[in-house]
Amino acid sequence: MTDVTILGAGVMGLCIASELAARGIRPRIIDPNGAPGPHGCSWWAGGMLAPYCEEESADPTVVRLGLDAADWWAAQGATIHHSGTLVLALSRDQAELDRFARLTREYRAVDADQIVALEPELQGRMRRGLFYESRSHLTPRQALTALQANLAAGGIAIETGGTPTGLVVDARGLTARDALPDLRGVRGEMLTIRCPEVTLTRTIRLLHPRIPLYAVPRGDGVYMLGATMLESGAKSRVTARAAVEMLSAAYALHPGFAEAEILELGADARPAFPDNLPRLRRRGGTLYANGLYRHGYLLAPAVARMAADHIINGQIPEFMDEHNP
Amino acid sequence: MPVFYGRDIASPLMLGTAQYPSPAVLAQAFRASNAGIATVSLRREGGEGQAFHSLIRDLGVTVLPNTAGCHSVKEAVTTAHMAREFFDTPWIKLEVIGDHDTLQPDVVALIEAARILTADGFQVFPYCTEDLSVCGHLLDAGCRVLMPWGAPIGSGRGLNNPYGLRSLRAHFPDVPLVVDAGIGLPSHAAQAMELGYDAVLLNTAVARAGDPVAMARAMALAIEAGQLARKAEPIEARDMAAPSTPLMGMAVLG
Repeated sequence: MTDVTILGAGVMGLCIASELAARGIRPRIIDPNGAPGPHGCSWWAGGMLAPYCEEESADPTVVRLGLDAADWWAAQGATIHHSGTLVLALSRDQAELDRFARLTREYRAVDADQIVALEPELQGRMRRGLFYESRSHLTPRQALTALQANLAAGGIAIETGGTPTGLVVDARGLTARDALPDLRGVRGEMLTIRCPEVTLTRTIRLLHPRIPLYAVPRGDGVYMLGATMLESGAKSRVTARAAVEMLSAAYALHPGFAEAEILELGADARPAFPDNLPRLRRRGGTLYANGLYRHGYLLAPAVARMAADHIINGQIPEFMDEHNP
Repeated sequence: MPVFYGRDIASPLMLGTAQYPSPAVLAQAFRASNAGIATVSLRREGGEGQAFHSLIRDLGVTVLPNTAGCHSVKEAVTTAHMAREFFDTPWIKLEVIGDHDTLQPDVVALIEAARILTADGFQVFPYCTEDLSVCGHLLDAGCRVLMPWGAPIGSGRGLNNPYGLRSLRAHFPDVPLVVDAGIGLPSHAAQAMELGYDAVLLNTAVARAGDPVAMARAMALAIEAGQLARKAEPIEARDMAAPSTPLMGMAVLG
């Protein structure tokens, strides 16, 4: 059996481990921080799986690679929400909606009545929007826990130390900057709030020229609000400005959010390469898998498949820009 | 080509570095535009943005740091000092925002901040309105470049007040003038150059276009066209037709 050690138990590392396990390889996983938790950026993610929405700012490749993500996650036991994504803008920011429509596909333009049919609590608030049907999001922590449980059931535990053996798969995210100098951090900040007074049933993206917001319902009146995008590798705590801006945007979406309890503030830095697309790099006995940027849960399954194809069949996948075994 | 604070700049296009789909697209847009200057915001990225800032340095263009997002004299002055230390340049694009919605300059705070920074050795590029007296005060404060807006930042509306911009050009024939903000289309950039402006600074129009690289090239071509047109001494507009074919000697029919 091929001997593989994966470094890093974030979304990238665990997806590669799961993909290898599904193909009969039992990798070791080493992460000094142990199981997934607040130390890793996949802990703070929105978990959106609506690839067509991403085309507003992402390369078409992201859409192509992300189309199967929801099915992959469902097969792993992650709960997938199929309620779709509603993209809206306040009346003075309608130009943002036009731009979003121009740059994306597979949506249905909806008017005020259709918006209310989808989300009754937005009555009288929004004139028009874009509705992206079907798959929408997962809950990252539940998904990571599911992966971890599946792996544990197959006898694969997360070790916190020890010496790697066999082929090393480096999936350490931004920590791998020591080996990947063109990797950079893109800081993101998020909040989790509880607001049983507000009932929104699907992911809502509120466009704004400076402060775009998404609100993802997590059930039981809990919403995740995110996320900022700053060219910075700082993992320091959420700034007052980011919190104020995101909460103001949420309040503009639905005034009921004013009464929300703030459960959590989170910040981390996403690992990204200059074109914001992922990379696989083979250097000697190490395979690097990194650069998921803001598309961790959307792209990790496809990148994990490519990594497994490389490890098992020696294939050179499309995102491998270095191959020196 | 423009000369700012004694430094020759290779192109009259100044390009901002925010809001691109990726740093790779940003770099391609810069190459397509031949922009001579890149404006960079320091405020929010702070010292942890080294990776991004080294990408900007790799563009090989002159860096003009800005104080984007500052709402007071104190914030702007502090940010300018951080930028000078970080980018090792006395140049600063001074932005003091007066209104959160329109992002229009707070001209009173701007003049004060310009005075403080100039006295401290900075070479200030003030983002201002096209108001003649405000511009006069900025020159008194030590600014040797003026950057009036075309329209509010990111609005893409073009030159809202061509009369005011023309009048500013006429009043300060020897001061380098840059239209900063509000450009949406290449024709807007060309118009600014036709008015005799020395340069155009834009960001959103390129960064948020469907194809930023193609739009960067379009802006470069428009700016070159506008500049050539200015030098070529355009004709005056007139109310009556002036036939381009002589009427004398036409065949008499019938």
